[in-house]
Amino acid sequence: MPVDAGYVGRVYPPTPAYEVARTALAAFAEATGATHPAYSDPQAARALGHADVVAPPTYAVVIAQRAEQQLVADPAAGIDFSRVVHADERFTHHRPIVAGDRLVTTLHVEQITERAGITLVTTRCEIADEAGAPVSTVRSTLAVRGEDA
Amino acid sequence: MNVGDEAARREIAVDRSRLVRYAGASGDFNPIHWNERVAREVGLPGVIAHGMWTMGAAVDVVVDWLGDPGAVLDYQVRFARPVPVPDPGQAVVEVVAVVGALDEEAGTARIDLQAVVEGQRVLGKAQVQVRLPR
Repeated sequence: MPVDAGYVGRVYPPTPAYEVARTALAAFAEATGATHPAYSDPQAARALGHADVVAPPTYAVVIAQRAEQQLVADPAAGIDFSRVVHADERFTHHRPIVAGDRLVTTLHVEQITERAGITLVTTRCEIADEAGAPVSTVRSTLAVRGEDA
Repeated sequence: MNVGDEAARREIAVDRSRLVRYAGASGDFNPIHWNERVAREVGLPGVIAHGMWTMGAAVDVVVDWLGDPGAVLDYQVRFARPVPVPDPGQAVVEVVAVVGALDEEAGTARIDLQAVVEGQRVLGKAQVQVRLPR
C-alpha cells in the first residue's frame, strides 16, 4: 500500500510530557562513545552554565521518534517500516536539553513526495517545555521503498 | 581559526555490542541493527549501524573540540550509505571536522564533518552550526 499523501499538513496533538533522566543521558552518551563529563557529572555541567547534566546533540531523536510513532505506526498512513531507511535528520537546538526537563512534542507532517518508487516522508517535531518555550526542532526524512524499488 | 582549517579528527570503532547498547539507550530496536537474518531478508549485506548512531558518534569530535555540548546549535546530516558492522570484528568510521564558515561577529561557525568507512562517505551534507568559545 502506498504512503497516504493526504497526511501532509497534519499536526498531531502535543504528546504527554517526556521527563529527561540523568541516567538516560549518560547511557545515550556512552552508547555513542561520548565521554564529555557534562553528560554524567552535574558539577561539570554546572561549571559550563547548565542547570543539570546536558543531553548529547542528537539525544532529541529519542524524544522525536516517540512522537513520530503517531504517524509511522498508523496503519492508515501506509508506512511499511520493514521498507524504511533513514534519509536525513536535522536538529536545531533553541537551548540545550538538560536532565529534569519535562518536554512536550508536537509532530508536524511536512512533506510526502514520491519519485522512482521511493516515497520520502518528512516530519518536523517541535519540542518545547511545559510552558511552551521552544527547546529543539527535529526534522527527519524517511525513505520508504515501494514494492518494486 | 580560518575557513578550511581542520578542527579535529578521530577514528571510531563500532561492533555489534555497541549497536545493542545504542538500541537500548535510544529505544530504536529495529532488528536490522542486531539481527543478521532479518537484515539479509530485507536485502541488506548484513547488520548495519543505526544511522543515528553514526550521526551521534561523529559529532562528538566537535563537542570535545568546543568543550561544551551546549555549544552545538544545529546539526544536520544526510545518510549517504549504510555502515555494515561485521561479526566477528568491527567497522571503523574515520571522522574529520573542518571549519566550513566563520561568523566572528556572531561568534558562530559552521563545521563540516566527513565520515568515511572503507574509503566511502557514509554521511552527506554533515554540517554543525556551533557557538564558539569566547
